[in-house]
Amino acid sequence: MAEIAEGGGGGHGKGKKRAKKSSTRVDMTPMVDLAFLLLTFFVLTSTFSKPKMLPLAYPAKVEETEKQKGPKMNNGITFLLSEDRIFYYQGEYYNKDHRDKDGSVTELKEVDFGTGEKSVRKLLGKLNNYVLVKKQGLDEKLKRKELNDSTYLKKLDALRVKREALKVLIKTDEEALCKNFIDLVDELKIAEIGVIAPVDITPGELQLMKEKLKK
Amino acid sequence: MPKLKIPKSSPSIDMTPMVDLAFLLVTFFMLAASFRASEPVTVNTPSSISDKFIPENVIMVTIDQEGRVFFNLSGTEARREMLTSMMGKYKMSLSEEQIEKFTFMSTFGCTMQELPSYIDTGADDRITFQTKGIQVDSTKTNELYDWISYAGVAALNSAKTAFEEAKLKGENPVADDFKPKFILRVDSKTKYQKAEDVINVFRELNLNNLNFITSSELAPIN
Repeated sequence: MAEIAEGGGGGHGKGKKRAKKSSTRVDMTPMVDLAFLLLTFFVLTSTFSKPKMLPLAYPAKVEETEKQKGPKMNNGITFLLSEDRIFYYQGEYYNKDHRDKDGSVTELKEVDFGTGEKSVRKLLGKLNNYVLVKKQGLDEKLKRKELNDSTYLKKLDALRVKREALKVLIKTDEEALCKNFIDLVDELKIAEIGVIAPVDITPGELQLMKEKLKK
Repeated sequence: MPKLKIPKSSPSIDMTPMVDLAFLLVTFFMLAASFRASEPVTVNTPSSISDKFIPENVIMVTIDQEGRVFFNLSGTEARREMLTSMMGKYKMSLSEEQIEKFTFMSTFGCTMQELPSYIDTGADDRITFQTKGIQVDSTKTNELYDWISYAGVAALNSAKTAFEEAKLKGENPVADDFKPKFILRVDSKTKYQKAEDVINVFRELNLNNLNFITSSELAPIN
């Protein structure tokens, strides 16, 4: 702070009163201290990653009377979630009373959320290869400016729901966590899957999963 | 031999550049930071690669770890409209002061019966407010159903006003950008079944396009 001139006390001599020469420098230490304090506060409290949103369309509710046998699944896969584990089976569900053409029944396989051989990502990459390869072609075209952004998006949307594209059902039991569910949806979006339907689990599937969980 | 002379240098360093930089950073952080209103619940959202920003006009349902349900609607005008409709439906009366306080609140979670005392509680004490959250069940007459349906109407009205305003300003607005988005904010450890209860309420109202709030994560490189 600027120094305050001391009051001219006492009679020092009889000469002219001279204004005391005070230094033109101001002590800036407190101000700088405060500046650094504020700096630390803002650095520590601010978060830069704004939350994002993950869109997911749910199937429309159907009246109970309209509810008949589920639609025939063409090139479909069903994921079953419980606690922090994830199982899947391909195609339709078959049990003892309703066997597949070759007499087999549905068996669950387990996958994980890593990046290894037994991960969801590898599995989906393999099964949805058709879409992923075609998408790469579209990406190339977009890069070479042969397509504009809106037609690219339109083509991509059409590609994702094609006959050859993989369709996914997600079923959960009462122990499944939201983290797993979102992680799975995230993996599905990475794999460019267009049809994602979270649906109710059937008692047969629940039983199958319980048996798997015990092991 | 001549004596080695060490040049005399002043022991004080010129700190001006450092101080300049410090102030520059302070200014930057002050301007870049945006303060969030205090929330009555803490929720650790899961992460995803999605890069969609959250728009301004949102109806948000928060579900915490224990499955308690909280609700939030953006926009003070819309909140007032929603609350008035709710008061009419549940035959409740709140003072003008309470309504005013409600419109500036962020996320809230309590039953209709608890609402007056919930509003009177200070913003910082709401975290400890004993409540089971907004009542949700499978019947068609749960409170969340009413909150969402009235909020939907109010949010659509405010979307229309915002759209008209943008039009008057001579911009070229797209009506869809102003439409309210329905957002679910769930904790990583929330049971999915709890979220499903809320999702079913949305579906009951024919609102099938939902969004989950996630923190961002890097997309894998192919």
